[in-house]
Amino acid sequence: MLFTATYIIYSVAVILYLVYFSSQNKQVRLAARRILTSAGLCHLGLLILRYVEAGHTPLTTHHDTVSFFALSMTGAFLAFRWRYKVKNFGTFVSVVILALMTVALFSSRNLYPLPPALQSSWLLVHASIAILANGFLALGFCGGVMYLIQDHELKKKRFTLFYHRLPSLESLDQLTQHCLSIGLPLLTLGIITGSLWAKQAWGSYWHWDPKETWSLITWFLYAGLLHQRLAIGWRGKRSAIMSVIGFLAVLFTLWGVNFLLPGVHTYVR
Amino acid sequence: MSVDQILVLGVNHKTAPVEVREKLAFPDIEVPLAKLGEVPGCTEFCFLSTCNRVEVIFTSATPEKTVRHIRSFLFADSNLGDEEATRYTYLYTGADAVNHLYRVAASLDSMVVGEPQILGQLKDAYREAYARQCTGTILNRLIHKAFSSAKRVRTETNIGSSAVSISYAAVELAKKIFGSLKNKKVLLVGAGEMAELAAEHLMSQGCTEITVANRTLKNAVTLAKQFNGKAVGLSEIIPQLELADIMISSTGAQDLILHHDDVKPIMRPRRNKPLFLIDIAVPRDLDPKLNEIDNIYLYDVDDLSQVVEMNKKDRQGEADKASAIVTEEAIKFSNWLDNLALTPTITALLGNAEQLRKTEVERTLATLDLSPKEIKAINKLTASLVNKMLHHPLIHLKAECHTQEKQEKIDHLRKMFSLDVRD
Repeated sequence: MLFTATYIIYSVAVILYLVYFSSQNKQVRLAARRILTSAGLCHLGLLILRYVEAGHTPLTTHHDTVSFFALSMTGAFLAFRWRYKVKNFGTFVSVVILALMTVALFSSRNLYPLPPALQSSWLLVHASIAILANGFLALGFCGGVMYLIQDHELKKKRFTLFYHRLPSLESLDQLTQHCLSIGLPLLTLGIITGSLWAKQAWGSYWHWDPKETWSLITWFLYAGLLHQRLAIGWRGKRSAIMSVIGFLAVLFTLWGVNFLLPGVHTYVR
Repeated sequence: MSVDQILVLGVNHKTAPVEVREKLAFPDIEVPLAKLGEVPGCTEFCFLSTCNRVEVIFTSATPEKTVRHIRSFLFADSNLGDEEATRYTYLYTGADAVNHLYRVAASLDSMVVGEPQILGQLKDAYREAYARQCTGTILNRLIHKAFSSAKRVRTETNIGSSAVSISYAAVELAKKIFGSLKNKKVLLVGAGEMAELAAEHLMSQGCTEITVANRTLKNAVTLAKQFNGKAVGLSEIIPQLELADIMISSTGAQDLILHHDDVKPIMRPRRNKPLFLIDIAVPRDLDPKLNEIDNIYLYDVDDLSQVVEMNKKDRQGEADKASAIVTEEAIKFSNWLDNLALTPTITALLGNAEQLRKTEVERTLATLDLSPKEIKAINKLTASLVNKMLHHPLIHLKAECHTQEKQEKIDHLRKMFSLDVRD
């Protein structure tokens, strides 16, 4: 019930952001941001309710994980927005948030008892940090996509709606950089806490479980990008492409692994 | 009427060809201001003269006569007759005059709509007129409000932001690439008016360093001095390009001066910082294939013209938005003006009535022998009668209504109580 309400509020925010994108009316943007904020608050309430209902951190089903992913994106965006503004970023971010919420909408909301191995406060720490990292990396993805669109407009010299709406390449490059420099440490922390928990639950730090492997691959992609940037000045287009590829790896770690390569991380069903 | 009419009489690029306009050139502002001061019936005035327009903004209680005088003053140096002069001039009165001035200030009446110079020119014209006490209550407020509505147009529409000349287009593109142009370095290769103009615009937007390269070092040095930059020879372009952010090229060379393979290797030492190449030369100086390198954006004259064309189209839409703002602001001013006419009317009406009451009371009291208490009662009685009598006319006068109707109401009332008759 509350989920549906949250979903509807998010949809309204997306519609307003799209209206703002075409009209550039500042009042519409303000309304869109307020509605997105209320969607986020509603979502937070929903999460607490789920916690009470489940009796443990509700990040063990596919529905809850994706839903929290969307919430962490909302939170990351609003926190970012507060720090500095990037023209029309909200439109792109809100569309991705709604896409995640749509996936959550269509997955089962049933809760199952937790196996003893997972009953630990590590669940809260590990799962929430890992998903929060995804939130920031998703923002980096949005920034990267915006960069590639603007770069395309400037290179092809065929100016569409986007040319006027999107900010400068420089600010998009910085935005992406900023998102990744928060996302990567969180991802690192997510992997470390997972490994500590694995030691406690199963006796060894690393199992080469598919999820672990893919997290590591994702980590190497992002770490490689940041390293190249600092070392030889990878920036602009290449860095934008990498932030998109990195995010695809994040999505594969989230979904591909669960549906194609079952392991200890497979959601309880 | 109690308040003077606002009028604008002038000539601009739409009403008169350049052959006529150049005959009206007034290089020195002092002369016209002094001359206008002598025109009978011209109470407040301001004189604006730019390359595309000459206009007099003034107030007058006897508009028709004053207009004739001012027109003959404007066309004094031309050999045109009054009839011809009338054909080339425009005349706006009242609310239309307000609206026209606001449009001028907001650059909606300019030849290049949205060009920013006109506001500065109007400010100068006003400053001169104000310093010589040519303006008064009405024009001071009118012109100040014209400035603030122009400012509103600037902030609420994009009318001034789109680039409608090649060099502005270059600045706009540079901003889409670099965000801010603060501390960006410009490399100017060759010379030429357009290239220099583009460089100038970039500098005015915050670019700090400029390097000029030319085949003859002497020319480079002269140009570099002008921009406070340094000069290099043509052979140093590639090492210089490693440091620059923006390069403007406009040499007279017949062949390309910069090839894809010359520039590709410098991207690594540049740490892939974006490079904006502007090729203004015809035939072209820069290899079109340079655009294929990541983080390099190459624009030639045709590309820039395309940006200009696109912006011209956009401006029309913004101009419509701006017109709406201007109309709104002009109405606000007209309302103020109406109330200005209203206030003296009310004062005059109340004053007349009070005068009448006093005279009559004094006349009556002179024939009677009354105690102070009785005198006080009579005064109170008459005063309250006057107030009650005038209450409804005043309410009627102050009621919100259409401008036209308000003027008529004031007119009627002034006639009814013969407020304009002085004896």
